[in-house]
Amino acid sequence: MKTIHRLAATAVVAASSFAVTDARAADLTLCWAAWDPANALIELSKDFEAQTGHNMSFEFVPWPNFADRMLNELNSGGQLCDLMIGDSQWIGLGAEAGHYIKLNDFFEQEGIDMADFIPATVTGYAEWPKGTPNYWALPAFGDVVGWTYRKDWFEMPEHQSAFEAAYGRPLAVPNTLAELKDIAEFFQGREIDGKTVYGAAIYTERGSEGITMGVTNALYNFGFKYADPDNPYQMAGFVNSPEAIAGLEFYKELYDCCTPPGSSDWYMSENIDAYRSGQVALQMNFAFIWPGVHADPNVGGDRSGYFPNPEGPGGHFAQLGGQGISVVSYSDEQEAALEYIKWFAQGDVQKRWWELGGYSALREVVEDPSFAGSQPYAQTFLDSMAIVKDFWAEPAYASLLLAMQDRVHNYVIAGNGTAKEALDALVEDWVEVFEDEGKL
Amino acid sequence: MSSVAEPSGRLKWISGVLVITYAVITLLPLVWIVSTGFKSSTDAIAYPPKIVFEPTLEGYVNLFTTQTRQTQDFLDANPPQTWYEEIVAEKGLVIAGPSRFGERFMNSVIIGFGSTFLSVLLGTLAAYAFSRYRIPLKDDLLFFILSTRMMPPIAVAIPIFLMFRSVGLSDTHAGMILLYTAVNLSLSVWLLKGFIDEIPREYEEAALIDGYTRFQAFYKVVLPQATTGIAATAIFCLIFSWNEYAFAVLLTSGTAQTAPPFIPTIIGVGGQDWPAVAAGATLFLLPVMVFTILLRKHLLRGITFGAVRK
Amino acid sequence: MPDTAIDLVARSTPKGVARKIRGLSDKTIAWIFVAPTIALLLAVNIFPLLWTIYLSFTNFRANRPNADVRWVGTRNYERILTDSDIWLTMQATAHFLIWTLVLQVLIGFTLAWLINSRFKGSNLWTTIIVLPMMLSPAVVGNFWTFLYQPQIGLFNYVIAFFAGIEPTAFSMIGDVSLAPWSIVIVDTWMWTPFVMLICLAGLRSIPESIYEAAECDRASKWRQFWTITVPMVLPFLMLAVLFRGIENFKMFDLVVQLTGGGPGNTTELTSINLKREAFEKWRTGYSSAYAIILFVTVFGLASIYVKALNKVKER
Repeated sequence: MKTIHRLAATAVVAASSFAVTDARAADLTLCWAAWDPANALIELSKDFEAQTGHNMSFEFVPWPNFADRMLNELNSGGQLCDLMIGDSQWIGLGAEAGHYIKLNDFFEQEGIDMADFIPATVTGYAEWPKGTPNYWALPAFGDVVGWTYRKDWFEMPEHQSAFEAAYGRPLAVPNTLAELKDIAEFFQGREIDGKTVYGAAIYTERGSEGITMGVTNALYNFGFKYADPDNPYQMAGFVNSPEAIAGLEFYKELYDCCTPPGSSDWYMSENIDAYRSGQVALQMNFAFIWPGVHADPNVGGDRSGYFPNPEGPGGHFAQLGGQGISVVSYSDEQEAALEYIKWFAQGDVQKRWWELGGYSALREVVEDPSFAGSQPYAQTFLDSMAIVKDFWAEPAYASLLLAMQDRVHNYVIAGNGTAKEALDALVEDWVEVFEDEGKL
Repeated sequence: MSSVAEPSGRLKWISGVLVITYAVITLLPLVWIVSTGFKSSTDAIAYPPKIVFEPTLEGYVNLFTTQTRQTQDFLDANPPQTWYEEIVAEKGLVIAGPSRFGERFMNSVIIGFGSTFLSVLLGTLAAYAFSRYRIPLKDDLLFFILSTRMMPPIAVAIPIFLMFRSVGLSDTHAGMILLYTAVNLSLSVWLLKGFIDEIPREYEEAALIDGYTRFQAFYKVVLPQATTGIAATAIFCLIFSWNEYAFAVLLTSGTAQTAPPFIPTIIGVGGQDWPAVAAGATLFLLPVMVFTILLRKHLLRGITFGAVRK
Repeated sequence: MPDTAIDLVARSTPKGVARKIRGLSDKTIAWIFVAPTIALLLAVNIFPLLWTIYLSFTNFRANRPNADVRWVGTRNYERILTDSDIWLTMQATAHFLIWTLVLQVLIGFTLAWLINSRFKGSNLWTTIIVLPMMLSPAVVGNFWTFLYQPQIGLFNYVIAFFAGIEPTAFSMIGDVSLAPWSIVIVDTWMWTPFVMLICLAGLRSIPESIYEAAECDRASKWRQFWTITVPMVLPFLMLAVLFRGIENFKMFDLVVQLTGGGPGNTTELTSINLKREAFEKWRTGYSSAYAIILFVTVFGLASIYVKALNKVKER
């Protein structure tokens, strides 16, 4: 009830200021991926509509086509979207090609301080070039790859004793990738409730970005780097370092030993299906799915637990997901679009955003002492956000991604060649892309 | 079927059994699609699959609405009012608004039927001219028209994308109608020419002698004779433009997108919403199915591409 | 519907103009009738084709409209024709094309022949068999990913039931050796009815009298089949192969939804590969050259084929 009252109060305040400023009602279109958080945003935005009189419409494109469709839209200077919640890796393109408007002045004028947001999200979603205070988006939705596991299966005494006998340690949330593989191996082919179950559902999708978003969780933690830290486009020896090769081999071993048959082209929604239907003990997926898992009639509640990507021999990272919200420079309604961002940045709205299942990136929300206990996955989300690392965010990100999808899928799933060959070829592909870009 | 002793009777019997067996096998996936539309989202992905299940309209409700989680306070304060809100509430969700399916479906109707009408109209005119008049380079022109169908859609999509962008046809109904019409013209000209060739010239000549103009002779004499061809052509044009995907996914986004790019991507809570996808596929099949069944007696003749000239 | 439109034109035409139209030479009328079609095809097919040819000699990128466009000569063509990955996609396309045609012709013809015996209810069953081809290929491809899932899909359970194996013993999409067949199966399921319809039309076009004559000559049924049925249906069958062949050479929607080209590059057909180059990497110049190569290939094959078809028809 409290929320409703607060809402009503803000609405009254807003309505009065609305009358004074005599703002013109605008039709705004917000573009994002089609997924749970986007639906929650429709609900959340009703408050914005009530406050300002602007009318919100939404254009949601499913993940597999999201980048294609939206980049196409931006590249053709389309006016479909006034607000774009674009993927983190597009920020370079958005900034350099002039698709997004720069928000520094606006932030300053409205008193929005990037220091109020989780640092990783500011770097990941808002800055270009990375590490400089040039902002092209407001962190909108924090997301990161993590793991979901069947707590009820872990807790079954027969599994605990069998696991202990086989691996010499109790069956518990894994601390390292090697432990994770043991657990997946343990459950692979096991009979539970009369059904054969499998170890882990991992990202293997070919068409868009799936397998890249999965394999990086192994690569980073074995010691893969995108380039020489001192020389931004020097990739040989970092992308295809012996550590990186070991990481890629690990991911293939995991795929070969411990995933359900037929999981050769799986991404977020296939993994969810496999997990919800009781096929797998572990599931790799972005944090956005956790509210849905928690509410699921079959696997929800106490039956599931969550843990961050475990560390590997070369470090402890997790693949960053998530997006910032930007104003499209081709929009005729930039004023109103900025109003939306201003509204969205408020603490109250962000708090409600979290309550509806949106992962707020505002520190005021996530650092609130009650946050960690507010949902069973809240702490895992915080821990994961502390170790994030992202793919290239270069303007040529799409070409870089396609090359990686191709090389990795060919090795991990189709079993062609060796890990070294795959990564060597990837370096060549990436060098070619940067040469075409004139950056090498 | 009774006279198995008689050879042709026996043959009929065996033929019947074989054809029906094939039909049943070929129907299985379709039955699976239709029945998945009536499953709950849990039953749809049941492991192992469920053949017997409790039917629900959840898929259809999901197809037409956008749903989201809400706080417990909100749920308590806003109990479900209607049967569909009830279905949604059982999953602990609320309806945030309508989905885009209705719009996409309407776009399909406008673009699919619009381009079918245009391609049949233009195709009839051109086919008549090719059939009746001496046109220089006729055979080359006809092969040229056929060859336009050989281009992979992705290949022409690049310049069409650039062209539409510069003349403002991107993501418009008109642009898509023109495009589908052009793609279908090769088929409609070739099909219809075969039919019009079959209509004896004497009919028109008689009409001309009776004082009809050329146009009157065309629409009062030739067109009624060509009904079968027109109907069959319309079926094939509609099947193509109704179901087309490559151009639709590359050239349309918010305003003019048709249903085929939309249906495979319907997302429920978390993952792909299979019951809603199945419901969408079922609803989307219906108009073409009805259209085809209405015109079915023309279908078989139409598909001969006028090759039957006995 | 078309007649009403023309009615309108005719009625709304002023008398003087009408007289003029009546007076128009056949040639003019012919051009009036043909012009819209030719104009539309020029605008939507030929103009883009010429543009593609031009672009194929440049380094143009459609996502950088402001970058300067450089003439690169035949470099794009050289790069494509020497790229071994592209030959792999050609092989995948050939496998798909050949096997879908073989299966669809065999099954389609057999079905048509069986249906032509006109058993009781054959019309009803024909209509039912035709249903799959009315579905949207993209939707079909998408839904078959679901049917092919070893744990929750129908396909594996049906096969397992008849073969007496575990449903999860094989994975159609995931296995490198099965994936090329997974797309062949779905395409065959969907489009065999098309071949069947054309064959049926062919069978129905054979006059009874020919068989009666053969019957008088005491030719065996087997002989009748090979000397009458097959040759008479052949032109129809070849037409069906032409249309299916062109369509499957261009195949995109069904396969992109079904396998996305995977695993690895196993089912990466040329159209899918081209789409990646053109609309994901935005190498417009390069992909234009690619498109021209594909077009020339299919155009060449089709014209040879049409010549053969005409010969068969003449016989």
